[in-house]
Amino acid sequence: MTSRRLAQGGLIDRSRPIRFTFDHKSFAGLAGDTLASALLANGRMLMARSFKYHRPRGVVTAGASEPNALMEIGERGRRDANSRATMVELYDGLFAVSQNRWPSLAFDLGAVNGLAASIFVAGFYYKTFMWPKSFWEKVYEPLIRRAAGLGRASHEPDPDAYEKAYAHCDVLVIGSGPAGLMAALAAGRAGARVIFADEGSRLGGSLLAEREEIAGDSGFAFVAATLAELEALPNVTLMPRTTVFGWFDGNVFGALERVNKHVAVPPAHEPVERYWRIIAKQAVMATGAEERPLVFGGNDKPGVMQASAIRAYVNRYAVTPGARAVVFTNNSSGYRTARDVLAAGIDVAAIIDARDGGTETHAAGVPLIADAVVTRVVGRERITGVNVLKGGATTADRIEADFVAMSGGWNPVIHLSCHKGDKPVWDAERACFLPPSSTPGLIPVGAAAGALTLSQCLKDGSAAGARAAGLAGFKATSIAVPETRDDEPYSIRPLWHVRQSTAKAFVDFQNDVTLEDIPLAAREGFNSIELVKRFTTSGMGTDQGKLSNINASGILAEATGRTVPEIGTTTFRPFYTPVSFGALTGAFRATHYQPVRKTPLHEWCEEMGAVFMEAGLWLRSAWFPKPGEDWRAAATREVMAVRQSVGICDVSTLGKIDLQGSDATALLNRLYCNGFSTLQPGKARYGLMLREDGFLFDDGTVSHLASGHYFITTTTANAGRVMSHIEFCHQALWPELGVQYVSVTDQWAQIAVAGPNARRVLERVIAEDLADAAFPYLGAQAVTVAGGIPARLFRISFSGELAYELSVPADHGNHVARLLMSEGSGFGIVPYGVEALSIMRIEKGHVAGGELNGTTTPEDLGLGRMVSRNKDFIGRMMGEREALKAGNRDVLVGVKPVEPDHQLRAGAHLLTRGAVASLDNDQGYVTSVAWSPMLRQWIGLALLKRGRERHGEIVQVYDDLRNSRMLVEVTHPCFYDRENLKLHG
Amino acid sequence: MLIDCPYCGERLSEEFTILGDATKQRPAGSGASDIDAWYDYVFIRDNPKGRHREYWQHTGGCRAWLVVERDTLTHQVYAVTPARDASA
Repeated sequence: MTSRRLAQGGLIDRSRPIRFTFDHKSFAGLAGDTLASALLANGRMLMARSFKYHRPRGVVTAGASEPNALMEIGERGRRDANSRATMVELYDGLFAVSQNRWPSLAFDLGAVNGLAASIFVAGFYYKTFMWPKSFWEKVYEPLIRRAAGLGRASHEPDPDAYEKAYAHCDVLVIGSGPAGLMAALAAGRAGARVIFADEGSRLGGSLLAEREEIAGDSGFAFVAATLAELEALPNVTLMPRTTVFGWFDGNVFGALERVNKHVAVPPAHEPVERYWRIIAKQAVMATGAEERPLVFGGNDKPGVMQASAIRAYVNRYAVTPGARAVVFTNNSSGYRTARDVLAAGIDVAAIIDARDGGTETHAAGVPLIADAVVTRVVGRERITGVNVLKGGATTADRIEADFVAMSGGWNPVIHLSCHKGDKPVWDAERACFLPPSSTPGLIPVGAAAGALTLSQCLKDGSAAGARAAGLAGFKATSIAVPETRDDEPYSIRPLWHVRQSTAKAFVDFQNDVTLEDIPLAAREGFNSIELVKRFTTSGMGTDQGKLSNINASGILAEATGRTVPEIGTTTFRPFYTPVSFGALTGAFRATHYQPVRKTPLHEWCEEMGAVFMEAGLWLRSAWFPKPGEDWRAAATREVMAVRQSVGICDVSTLGKIDLQGSDATALLNRLYCNGFSTLQPGKARYGLMLREDGFLFDDGTVSHLASGHYFITTTTANAGRVMSHIEFCHQALWPELGVQYVSVTDQWAQIAVAGPNARRVLERVIAEDLADAAFPYLGAQAVTVAGGIPARLFRISFSGELAYELSVPADHGNHVARLLMSEGSGFGIVPYGVEALSIMRIEKGHVAGGELNGTTTPEDLGLGRMVSRNKDFIGRMMGEREALKAGNRDVLVGVKPVEPDHQLRAGAHLLTRGAVASLDNDQGYVTSVAWSPMLRQWIGLALLKRGRERHGEIVQVYDDLRNSRMLVEVTHPCFYDRENLKLHG
Repeated sequence: MLIDCPYCGERLSEEFTILGDATKQRPAGSGASDIDAWYDYVFIRDNPKGRHREYWQHTGGCRAWLVVERDTLTHQVYAVTPARDASA
């Protein structure tokens, strides 16, 4: 292929060739190239296939808004789909593959869609694939997804690291063109902490792409000198490769830094991308302007490009798209492109100006055809020319050229300024939308604010930088603005489309939306721009209509007899350009997604061979299998050991709160529905907390350690919520109460010691008298373990056996657990896990998460006696509501399959025997199940309508999800030792 | 959104947990005639567009409960008061 590299010029390093592959063919580019410029230099104009019609497409832009040249970059887990070739910096070994083509880019079978284009009009998916309904999921959708697609995501894990970071500054300057440079300099010289961010690989913005002189030297030289001064200022941070993608409340800006996207593999310990949140006192939005394409026949052919993009390729990358240009414009920009292309030694066939004639400096020797339009771009593999129709003429003339520069005017890049919901303002003179009239905290400046000449951008940038620094509290004045001499006034006459087009004219390249689609949408009633977007897909996709949106508004305005400001724009939302999921995720993946909490006894549990289960963030020992045991065999053995002799269990995950103060008892009385005034020091009591709406919130124990000093436990799941609740009640409701409280969950290792021999084991390690008389059921006292470890002992039981909970300082946990095991060996002591614990509490009918599920009251669970009638507490008033007392509520019962070998499952619903399964007939549901070693069968707890009156009734279990139906007998919820003889043993 | 915690200084809202409406006062009475006041306190919530007072807890910081007065549309924060000092 022909090399399109110009012999001289550009900001590329000709001494540093770079090898890369595109569609598995090897190419060479130069340091400083983008993938797009390198492909152009190699004569590769065809870079992609379009979304719907699979039309051949080339690059249109030289920047962030590129709709066509989307590629998959990188291999395996590093593959990035839909990467814009215009933003991808070239590096050695870069691996790029084109998208959405089969079998190859040059020969794509999908292009047959283009022949049938008349049926693929806007909305055709909605209309064509409606019937039969069942076909949608199985036939249509997979078919459409295969045919109309962008890049493929990798199915392999991304090997690279991503980071999140925060930054604070006085002035954030977004964009590093002439306005941004001057703003950063003005704010920087004033002493403000400045962050100077730009999405480009090099700072300088449009100055890198233009030939205009500043202060008698090139724009490049001005950029270099200004950056040198900024770099020397310690209060200025330069952030190239950083896209500020969103403006949020609190003047927080989101930004994506592509830290190592310009290398094949990031250096060790460095992230590939960094997701920034920048908190700025003031921001200067110097984001420039985007050139609008023109909508004319064949405007999507490879080789038709933004006039400004052609200047960027010629001036910055020293690449020409072809040998002979033709310029089609309705404003001043086209003239500048003609001059720059000519200056690079490339022919310009003509300037075709849709206006009657501009006042611009004309490029010497280039024919100017005023009051004329291009009706069609001709050529197959490559462009061979354009058809030009002059005003009043009936036949078009052919002009030969192999690339086309188009300019339909400029759209200020106002996205950020609209992210808070304010609407942009139409400017008729410049035919563009400007930022909203008021944007406190953000100063739009330069081309982004509609200043379309270099001198104005420099001057306004200087003023904006000074103003931002001033608002941030610095004494600042505008700095001297350098001389320019190439200014030319901007003039435009809007041309939303060429109505004489004789070939398909595209409004939105990425989504294949044509000139016909928008009036069609309007005819079908979709006449607001938001509806047109949804119906035609114009403005969707990875570029979000950066090139197409305003043309679409203009075309819709003409089709419906309205004006562009009446039509308005679609809503601007973050993100400005796509942000990778990797960056959004940051380090929060796999095991770093959330912290892992290990109990103080984790080490001992591991020694004992525990299998762990996740409970929130916790790892809890679930069971301790012996060789050959599955979970059920292990849990069954553990239950039998506890019921017959003794076992110990790690219950450190229970929430623990230390509460002290003169009003501690008063606070407890208000937090719990049962009373604590009569709880003497040395005693523990079971407590129920309600929500203010009267439903159960949490349960646990309260131990009165010494006068005014309490130790509270909560369920594992609600530990954090209960703590916040107590803090709320004290701080917001009753700040007058004299109490202090602190979470001590992590400070204490808590060990349940349960079984008929529990006391005998404890007596071997604890000096104090544990006889029933000295330390009865619900005793709570300080003890000394192993001759010196200060500990607390509570005689409470979840298993229903004679049981204790022993609290020791966390550091002593493993030691004390080992000690209990060795001292208990003569009794056959076993460690038991959460499974065994759960089986035993179900056998006893004790409630847990399944029953404390947010829909139950104390009355429902048979705990109504606990609710005090003579004090105020959280949930009292709402708990008195009639419906909660009505007697027809689902209440706690036990259920036992009639056939003992039938397995119950939690969640199954209950029906009266013989009733049809319907919502009306629903009688409740099973909340907890276990295979009971004591009853040698499955048992369950359930919430059953009027259940207390129905003990002995046979009801139906209905579980169509798991295809399970059986008959169960309704029983008392306590299956084992209902008289609590064991507890008091 | 930024919340200026009276104890910790200005922090991003992710450090905080919202509870909701802080304009309601827990009724003092508990007689049958107070039931409407309780119903209002527990269940009735306005969802104003604009200025609103809400309870937030600095769960990722000092754990203080705060009353944050902010604009629900723009997220502009007007005042942050410790809940213990704020009257509904």
